Amino acid sequence: MRDPFKAICDDELERRWIWISLIMAFVMGGLLGVYAVASNMHPPSNVETIDSSRLHLSEEFAEDNLGIKENADGSLTVTMVAARYGFYPPVVEVPVNTPVKFRVASADVLHGFHVPFTNATTMIVPGYISEVNTSFPTEGEYSFLCNEYCGLGHDSMWSRLVVVPKSAGGNS
Amino acid sequence: MSNYAKAANLGLTNIWVAFASFAVAALLGLYQVVERIDLVPALKSPELYFGSVSTHGVLMGFVLTTFFIVGFGYYTASTSLKQEVWNKPLAWFGFWLCLIGVVLAAVPLLTGNASVLYTFYPPLMAHPSFYIGAALLVVGSWVWCLEMVVMLAIWKKAHPGETVPLAMYGTTANAILWFITSLGVASEVLFQLIPWSLGIIDTVDVGLARTLFSWTLHAIVYFWLFPAYIALYTLVPKAAGGKLFSDQMGRFAFIMLLVFSVPIGFHHLYMDPFQAAGWKFLHMTGTFMVAVPTLITGFTVIASLEVAGRMRGGKGLFGWIGALPWGNPIVLAALLAMLMLIFGGFGGMINASYSMNAMVHNTQWVTGHFHLIFAGTTVIMYFGAAYYLWPKMTGKALSSVKLANTQLWLWFIGMLVLTLPWHQLGIAGQPRRISSTPYDESLVQSWLTSEALMIIGGLILFLSALMLVIVLFKTHGNSLVAENREVEYAESLHPVQRMPHLMNSFGFWVGLIVVYMVASYGYPILQFFLLETHGTVPWSI
Repeated sequence: MRDPFKAICDDELERRWIWISLIMAFVMGGLLGVYAVASNMHPPSNVETIDSSRLHLSEEFAEDNLGIKENADGSLTVTMVAARYGFYPPVVEVPVNTPVKFRVASADVLHGFHVPFTNATTMIVPGYISEVNTSFPTEGEYSFLCNEYCGLGHDSMWSRLVVVPKSAGGNS
Repeated sequence: MSNYAKAANLGLTNIWVAFASFAVAALLGLYQVVERIDLVPALKSPELYFGSVSTHGVLMGFVLTTFFIVGFGYYTASTSLKQEVWNKPLAWFGFWLCLIGVVLAAVPLLTGNASVLYTFYPPLMAHPSFYIGAALLVVGSWVWCLEMVVMLAIWKKAHPGETVPLAMYGTTANAILWFITSLGVASEVLFQLIPWSLGIIDTVDVGLARTLFSWTLHAIVYFWLFPAYIALYTLVPKAAGGKLFSDQMGRFAFIMLLVFSVPIGFHHLYMDPFQAAGWKFLHMTGTFMVAVPTLITGFTVIASLEVAGRMRGGKGLFGWIGALPWGNPIVLAALLAMLMLIFGGFGGMINASYSMNAMVHNTQWVTGHFHLIFAGTTVIMYFGAAYYLWPKMTGKALSSVKLANTQLWLWFIGMLVLTLPWHQLGIAGQPRRISSTPYDESLVQSWLTSEALMIIGGLILFLSALMLVIVLFKTHGNSLVAENREVEYAESLHPVQRMPHLMNSFGFWVGLIVVYMVASYGYPILQFFLLETHGTVPWSI
C-alpha cells in the first residue's frame, strides 16, 4: 500500500513518526471514549437553566428543600446552593459507596466545587444548574472547596463533606 | 541591512513594550508567591492579590505575547521575504491602537477596579475602560494580521510559482489563526461585556460568554506558541550549525495547528454545566489531534539538532548532544524549551482527558501546566529569539553572551522549581486563584514543602527576568558592532522537490476551518438563543 504521507514527506523515518503520532492520538482518545461509554463517566453536562436571582422562589432550590434526599432506588440526591461565600447546607454527610447526585445552583456569581482526592467537581454557573454523579469509596472527612474565583472572599468559601459507614445512613 | 531598518524599528519598539510589561508582571509574580501562603501577615490583602493576579495575567497573556508576536512578525516577514513592510503608517497605527488599549486597561487594573482576572469572569464586572482597552488591543492586533496577509500576497505576485519561505508561511498561518480565534473574545467583549458595563443592557448570559471565550481560549496559546515554533524550525537549526531536517514537515505542522487549534475550546469547559457531553467529547478528539503537530515538531527539531551536532563532529548515539553549541543563546533556549515541552506535554494530556480532568480541574496543577508550557517553552524561545535578533536589529553585538546564557539557565531552573511543586499541590487539592489558605490544617500542612519551593522558584525567575532586561538594554549602548546583521534562515536537509499547492497557500485551509467551526461551535452557540435562558446582573468583586 502506498503511504499517503509520501506526497508531503520525503523521509522514511519521519513518515513513520507521523504514523506513530497519529496512532498515539487515536489510542488515547479511543481509550477515553471506551471508558466514557463503558463506565458512563461523563463530566457534568446536564444543560438546565434556572433564574439565579429567584432561587428562593424555585421549588427545588428553596431553603427548605436543600440537603439530602433518598431516592426510591437507594441512591441519594444532594441539593445545594452556592452563594458568596459559602455552600448551603454547609455540612453534607453521605454513606460510603452509594451513588450520589449533586444538584447545585449559584445565587450570584461563578463558583465551583471540588472535593480533593475525589472526582467530585463542577463549575457552578449563574443561570444554570450543575449536576454531578459520583460515589465516595473511602470513609472520612473531606474538604468541600470553592475552586473558582468568586470575589475577594473566595478563599474562605469552603465547607465539609463527611463520608460515613453505610449503616450510619446519611443526613445533613 | 539598512533596507529593513524600518522593520527593525517596528520590531524593537513592539518587543520593548512586550519585555517592559513582562518585567512588571514578573515582579507581581514574585509578590504573589509570597502573599499566597500567608508567609508575611503584613502582606495579606485579597484586594492587592487579586488586582495583582489580574494584572499579571493581562500583562503576560495579552501584552507580552501580542507585542512580541507583532514585532517578531514584522521583522520575520520583511527579512524572510526580503521586502519592505507594507503601508508602514498603518503598521504604526496598529501599534498605537494596541498601546492605547493597554493603557486604558491598565488604569482600572492598577486601581483595583478590574480584579476580574484576565479571563474576565462575568458576572463579576470591571470598569468599562478595562473591556474597551482589551477590545482596542485585539483590534490593533488585527492590523498586523492584515499586514501579514497583504505582504504575502505582494510577494506571491512578484514571485509566481515560488515556494513561500517557511518562516513567512508560519507567520501568515499565525496571523490567520489569531484573526479567527480572536473573533470569539471580541464578540464577548463587544456584544456582551461593554454594553453591559455601560448599562446599555442589564444582564449577560454567562453560559454564552464562557462559550465565546472558550473559542479564543485554546487557540490563543497556539498564537503565543507559533513564534517559538517558527524560531525552532527556521532560526535554530542554522544557529546550531546545521540544517532543518524537513521544510515540508514544518508546513504540515503549521497547517495542522491552524486547522485543529480553534475548534477544540470546550476542553476548557469540561466542568461547565451548559454544554452537553457529546460536544465536549467532539472537542476532546480534536484536542488529541492537535498533539500531533507538536509531536512532529519535537521530532523535526530534535532531528535538526542531531544533524547539527553530527556536522560539528559529534559521534555515537548521544555524542551529538554534547557537540551542540550550548553557549549560543538561541540554541540553549531551544534545548531548554524542548525539555520543558516534554514535561508540560505529559500534564497537558491529563488536562485534555475528558474524565481524568476532573481530578485536577481548577487546581494549582493547571497553573503549573500552563506556566511550564507558556512561561517555560514559549517565553524562553522569545528570550532566545530576542538574543538572536537584537544584534541584527540594533547593529550592536549582544552586551554579554555569558549573562544571556546564565539568564536562560536560571529561567529554566526557576520554572521547574516553581511548576513541578505546583503539580503536586494540585493533586493534593489546592485550588488555583486563592490569596490565602484558610483551609483544614491537615490539607494545608501537606502543601508546605511545595509552597516553600514555589517561593524559591519565584525568586529565581524574577532575578532571571531582570537579567533579560539588563542584557537587552545594555546592547543598545554597546560599542562593539554586530558581526553579522543578516537573519539567516535554515536550509532544508532534504531539498524541497515539489511543494504541493495546498502547502504553499491558505485558501483551502481557511475554508476547512470555517466548516469545522460551524460543526463544533454552531449549535453550542445557537442553543443559547433556543433555550429559555436567564441573564445575570452585574456583581462587584
